[in-house]
Order: sequence, then C-alpha cells, then structure tokens
Amino acid sequence: MDSRRTVNVNLVGLSKADYNGSASTLCQGCGHNSIASQIIQVAYDLSIKPQEIIKLSGIGCSSKSPAYFLGQSHGFNSLHGRMPSIATGALMANHTLKAIGVSGDGDTASIGMGQFKHMMRRNVRMVYIVENNGVYGLTKGQFSATADEGQELKYAGSNELPPIDICMEAIMAGCGFVARSFSGDAKQVRELLKAALSHRGTAVLDIISPCVTFNNLDSSTKSYGYGKDHEEQLHDIGWVAPQEEIMIDDYEPGEMKVVEMHDGSHIQLRKLDQDYDPTDKMGALHRLLWAQEKQEFITGLIYYDGHRQNLAESSHLPAAGLASVPAEQLRPSAASLQEIMAGLL
Amino acid sequence: MEALQIAPQTAVGERPSVVNDFSIVAATANGTGSQTANLAILRALFKMGIPVNGKNIFPSNIQGLPTWYHIRVSHEGYVARRHTSEVLIAFNAATVNEDIRILPPGGICIYNEDWRSLPQRDDIVTYGIPVNQFVRDSGFKGKQKDYITNMVYVGAVAQLLEIPLQKIEEALEYLFNGRRKLIDSNMGVVKAAFEWVAANIEKRDPYRVAEMNATEGQIMITGNEAGALGSVYGGATFVAWYPITPSTSFVDALNDYLPKLRRDPETGERTYAVVQSEDELAAIGMILGAGWAGARSLTATSGPGISLMAEFTGLGYFAEIPAVIWDVQRVGPSTGLPTRTGQGDVLSTYYLGHGDTKNVILLPATVRECFDFGTTSFNLAEQLQTPVFVLSDLDLGMNNWMSEPFEFPTEPINRGKVLTAQDVQEKGFARYLDIDGDGVGYRTLPGNEHPLGAWFARGTGHNEKAVYSERSEDWVNNMARLQRKFDTARQLVPAPVVDVVPEAKVGIIAYGTTKFAVDEARDRLAANGLPTSFLRVRALPVNDSVKEFVAQHDRVYVVELNRDGQMHNILQTEMPELAARLHSLAYLDGMPLTARWVVEAIMAQEGK
Repeated sequence: MDSRRTVNVNLVGLSKADYNGSASTLCQGCGHNSIASQIIQVAYDLSIKPQEIIKLSGIGCSSKSPAYFLGQSHGFNSLHGRMPSIATGALMANHTLKAIGVSGDGDTASIGMGQFKHMMRRNVRMVYIVENNGVYGLTKGQFSATADEGQELKYAGSNELPPIDICMEAIMAGCGFVARSFSGDAKQVRELLKAALSHRGTAVLDIISPCVTFNNLDSSTKSYGYGKDHEEQLHDIGWVAPQEEIMIDDYEPGEMKVVEMHDGSHIQLRKLDQDYDPTDKMGALHRLLWAQEKQEFITGLIYYDGHRQNLAESSHLPAAGLASVPAEQLRPSAASLQEIMAGLL
Repeated sequence: MEALQIAPQTAVGERPSVVNDFSIVAATANGTGSQTANLAILRALFKMGIPVNGKNIFPSNIQGLPTWYHIRVSHEGYVARRHTSEVLIAFNAATVNEDIRILPPGGICIYNEDWRSLPQRDDIVTYGIPVNQFVRDSGFKGKQKDYITNMVYVGAVAQLLEIPLQKIEEALEYLFNGRRKLIDSNMGVVKAAFEWVAANIEKRDPYRVAEMNATEGQIMITGNEAGALGSVYGGATFVAWYPITPSTSFVDALNDYLPKLRRDPETGERTYAVVQSEDELAAIGMILGAGWAGARSLTATSGPGISLMAEFTGLGYFAEIPAVIWDVQRVGPSTGLPTRTGQGDVLSTYYLGHGDTKNVILLPATVRECFDFGTTSFNLAEQLQTPVFVLSDLDLGMNNWMSEPFEFPTEPINRGKVLTAQDVQEKGFARYLDIDGDGVGYRTLPGNEHPLGAWFARGTGHNEKAVYSERSEDWVNNMARLQRKFDTARQLVPAPVVDVVPEAKVGIIAYGTTKFAVDEARDRLAANGLPTSFLRVRALPVNDSVKEFVAQHDRVYVVELNRDGQMHNILQTEMPELAARLHSLAYLDGMPLTARWVVEAIMAQEGK
C-alpha cells in the first residue's frame, strides 16, 4: 500500500476495500445487493478479519451473493436448501470461525425447511440471513412458500396458500435471535447484523428484500412500495461494542431497553411500540400473528434469548477446533489398541 | 455332484461321528433375548479352538417375528454360510413346521416338547425338551422367562454336542461383562437343562464337537465394530449420521470407543464430535462441511441413505471435498429387505451423483480390512480430496467374525495437500491448478490467515482459481483434470488380492464377503478337477492388475450378490477388449452366498 496516500483503516489495519467481493451479477436495484453492502460495512466496522469469517449459501439469487462480499473469506456455495448442514459441519470442524449464511425464501422455507429448523434446534452459532422476496427469481417468477395469500404474479397467477412466516418458524425451533428487517433500511440491517454477530447461537435475520424483476408490485408485501409504507419498527435499534460505554442517559428512561449479549456488547432498543419485550416468547409470537393478520410487517429484534448453549459448546471441543488437532493426537496409542484386542480374545 | 455332498447321508441309528463340521440353526422369535444364547454357543465353540462363524438372519421388527441364527463349525476353517444346517434348535412355534421341513436327512431337531405336535419325519432325530418345566423351576417371571427359555437350549445343545459347561460359563462371563448374578442365574438354567438331557435323552445322532487349537490368539468382532475402531485409529474427528439398519451399530461402536480413546479424562475435552442428523442429506452435508473446514469426517449409512446422498456426493466430487461414507449394504431396491445382506450398491455408488460423477470405493471383505480401511479411507479422501465410499455389507458388518488381532496401523495419517498461510505466501495459491500433474490441486482450510488464502467452494462451473465460470474451455479442462485424478486414484487404492494358479484356465473375481464362499468353492472345484485362480477386488477404480488377471485366463467368472452383475458390468466397461472373457455369476436372495452355489454355477457354466 502506498504510504503517502491516506486510506482509512479499521482496528485490524484493513481498508473497506479489503472487505469487497466480486461485482454483483444480480439485477440492478435488487435488495440483495444492499444487504451485501451492509455485510461489508459491518465486518469493516467491527474490525473482523475476513479470514475469521466463512460465508455460506444454498442455491438461488440470494445464495449467489456471498461472492459479492468478503472476497478474502472462505466461502461455500452449497446445494439448494442444504446450507445449514454444510455450516454445521464446518463449524464443528472449526468453531473459532464466524459464519455468515445467506439464503432465500425458497432455499429456506421450501426445500430447506428441515435443515433450517434443525440447525436452529441445535443452535449452531451462525448468522443466518434470509433474503426474502416471496418469489423464485432464477427460475423466473414462481411463488415461494412465503408469498402472501391472494398475491398475484405475472406468470404464476394467484397464490391460494397461506405464507410461512420465517420468524415464527425460527422462534418455534428454539432460535434465540430472531429479527426482521427491510433491505431498504440500511441502518437497521447494519445494527441487527452487528448484534447477530455477537450472538453465540443461531441468529436469524429475515430481511424483506424485494425482487425488482418478478415481485415488486406495490400490492405485494415484499415490494419496495409496500415495505416503505407498511414497515412498523418495533424499536429503534443500536448495537454497542463491548468496549464502549453504554450511554443510557441519552435516552428517556422507560423508552429504552438494553439487552446484554454474551460477549459483553449491548443492544439498545429504543421503544416505538411501548408494550414490546423481545425476551417474551409468547408475546413475540402473538405480535407476529397479529402482524400477519393485518398484513403489516414488523421490523427489529423480535425475539431474543441468549441462554442456550450452542452446539460447539455442548460438544466440549478443543479450544483451537477439531481441524487443528495435530495428527499425533488423532491416533490413540498402540498400547490402547493392544488392550482392546485383548478384550476381544 | 456326489463328491460335493455336504450333509452325510446317514441313516438314523448309524453314527460315524461328524466332528466339527456341520451347522447349527437356532430358530427363535425376535426380541426374546435369544441373541445372548446364540452368542454363548458361538463363543464357547470359539474358545474350544474350533473355527466358527455366526450369522444372524433376522427380521425388520422389534419383537415377535421369526429369527434364525446360523452357526457354522468347520475344522477346515470355512466360514461361509452353509446351504443347510444339520442341527436345528426349533424354539419358535410359528416356524417349526418349515424349519423341520428343510432339515436335511439325518439332521437333528431339538424342540420344546410342550408343543402338541411336530411334523413327522422318520429320517431325522428329534429331542424333546420340557422347556416349560425348566422355566417354572427357574423361578423367573414375566419377560425374564423368555430369556431363560433360550438358556434351556444352550444347556441341551451343550450336552448333545459335547460342549464343556465350563466353556459356556466363560462365554456368559464375557457376554455379561462379569456380572456375577446374571451369569449365575443363567448358568443355573443351562446346567439344569444340561443335566436333564444327560439323564433323560439317549443321543442318536452323529454330530459333536471336539476341542481344537485353531483359534488360539484370535479375536472375534463384527465388521461394524472393526470399521469404527479403525476409523478412530485413522483419525476420525467428525461424525454425522442418521440411524439406519445395518449401519447403526457402526456408529454405536464409535460412540463406545471415541469417549474411551479420544477424550481427555481430566479436562473432558474431546478430539471428536458426533452429531445425529435429521436425515442422510444433512449427514453428508455436515461431513462435507467438516471436510472442507479440515476435519476427518465420516458417516455410516445403507442403501436408502446412499440414494439420499446422491446430490451432495456430486458436490463433494466436483468441489473436491474429502469425506468418508461407509455403506453397510442391505437389499434393495427401495426398503427392500432391510435386515438382509447384499452387494447391490456397487454400480450406483460408483457413479453416484448426476452428470459425470465417479467415486472412489473401498471393498473390505474381512473385519481386519474394515479396521485397516479406517485409516486408508481417510488418507485417500484427503490425498484425493474427494468423497470415499467404503462398501461393507450386513453380513460383514453385523455378524461376528474370527480374526487375527488387528495390528497398529503402519500407514501414517496423511492429510494430503494442504497449504498453510506461509505456503500461500511462498508459492501462491490457485485451488484447482494441477501443479503436480496428478490431477490433485492444493487446498487451504478456512481460517488460513493469508489474504490470498481463501477459495470459494462451489458446485457451479469454475476455473482453476475456483471462480465461477461458464466457459466451455474451463469446463472441459476441469473435467479432464478430474479424470486424471481418478486415474491417480487407481494407483493409490488398495491393490487386489490375487492368487494365480499356473495351470488354471478359469479365473474367479469377487469382492467383499463373497470371498468366503469363493475360497471354499475353489477347494471343492480343485478337488473336482477344476483348478481356478482368484482375484479379489478391494477398491474401485481398478488398476491394470485386474486387466492382467483377466487376460491370463480363458474365462473369468465375476461372482457377486446382486441380480444384475454390477461389478461384472463395471469391469466390462473398464476393459472392453477383454469383455467377452468376463462372465457374470450374480445371485441375490438376501442370504450370504454359499460355496455350493458358486460350485454349481461354475460347473454349469463349464459344462461339467
């Protein structure tokens, strides 16, 4: 790097360009690109080395996007609906890595529903982003399982089936960090991403990300127009790094809730909805059902529970990870084999 | 084929003794605890120094359906299944008619005399045992009565076949892991039956056993346990699996051995992890994720699981991720015969995955090979950076086999071509570049600290740098390199075991557990004036030694346990110029192959 030029760097000495990926091949204006930009921004802001991150995906438009951020991170573009199993194995082999998974509504709520739910049930530590647009883009415009009942699409006609709500599924599966946002709300996406990276289990971000090509009629709840008009924020969210002091005094008492993450960081939730408590599971489900009924979409941290052990923790793995166990520790001694053989005589 | 007659045609009452050369079958109902009784007999014979093999022919059921346990005793050391059993323990009223019907002439039937009627045959010997009386006298109640019932036949058989009670007691000590109370209560029933038979039954048959010295220093173990143990010594770190018969006991054994061998007793820290997945799709996804991130990962499954793993196998092949998949084969298609043995997954696994996918397969025949392939499979997977399949079968995996004790692996743990950050700094990095000309690129693991150390694993078309590419040239080059890698595999996989008989015009090729029937059949064929050579394939893809073997013989019979002659098919494709010399002898009825079938099939082909 030319030392005479001034380049902004973060705490690990990297410039924001070090977090870029290759150029996106998604449609212009696709909400997914905006999310990729926020991932770059957040990783830079948090001074996470790209080498400490793995990025994973399934198949679909959304799943292409890991190529468009963090080019210095290892990545795995896997099979349709099967990213959770790849992530589970990778994180068991090396639990010191931070994982960011990007999926879509087809990849998660249809073909991948089983793996999605079991990953959360196991509490695999990863940020699992669903770029949710209610439509299959790469195959040109079929309904996904999150499409609204009664929704019209150009080629697919009218959807007769009720939508699957990814946040409700996540809560029911035992996920301890369930949030919803809108790809057009860059600040909220960023703050939720930061908090999600601090969470020690599965963190699900259901991000409504309109498909500009196949599903952007204002009548669709997953369009830009609908999102802007109907977004109801549960709270104004701010994430505070562990080393920063929390400035509670900045807010009026009673209007703010501070949720402490396991690593000492905090999420500040400035309440817009006076009754909302993201640690109340029943309340969260009730609020989601209510929103579904009204075709509103609520955004923010919908449910939080930081108490469950994650899969790596309950597996008593060596500190450096299974992948780093040296070969001489992998093979038990000759004497131990002799003893076993003696027992089988 | 009079010379090949196995059961002696002896009239009742005549008794030239038949010593250590017959089969026993215990017919019982599933879930009655008969397995302990059967293993007690098997183990007692084994500890008498007599070569034995036990085969459990059981139903897909928890309780109630019939099950048969076959024990072969053979002073010649043959362990293949016999086509008949001369000693019948008829302890299942539901199957007794058929069990007696198929008993060979001169055979004996030990049955529960409390049953009203038995089919009448005057060419067999029957011994009725008052089972209910023993059960009443034992004082056991409820469920325990079933278990004790089985110990009655252990005592009766011990007396009739002359198995010393001491050997039965030692077997029970082993099986009950030294729990004295259990041993004593079971031995009480065994002894009572033993003594009752001595006092009340006059032996009228020729079958008996006598101590030998042929099993000294040998162990007895199932193939699944051996494979699991071998995988532990091969450095397994991550296991993901979904329960399926007959592979479940493989993972049971891992769960037994891993905590003992790979867990720090002080800190509780483990150098392994086992995850029971939600299905086989997730199981293989997890092991591929773990293989990508640097674990030595494995799963164990059977045919239906293999079918589910097809898409991920293609990804593993194409993205070049190491992982080991044990397929303990059962009988298909579909659910098929889930508790019966076969070799029907060879062809589908070889080509598992859509498009131009081809996979490396290991084919163990013995428990010793199951153990050894524990290391070999991981080394090959990491050296070749590809999923490696190990095709065992139910007969090998779930039954008990004698073996020399396993030797500590001499094959070092080989992690293949993995670059550190330092290596990347010095040599640069392009994931799929064929630097060494063997088709195998260099890989880095996630977490590699070099800024240029990352690569993107993908199932989509890619160039040498693992970057997405739809260019025809990139596709063709990549697939050609994968083919080159497959040819490298030919030289790395375990070589066939070959026994060429100089004067033989006929060769036999087999793999896996059909070896045992072939070994025995060759002796009989030779005694009948038909010497044969034998090549046992131990891995796919095959190397040139198989071609040489075929070229050396006029006719080569490929013996296997499936309908379509799957290995025959593969070999013909591998050596089209020699295809006419290869003849398929394929058969599958759910049972382990017998020497008799092999002999008859070859004699028929040879016009003899």
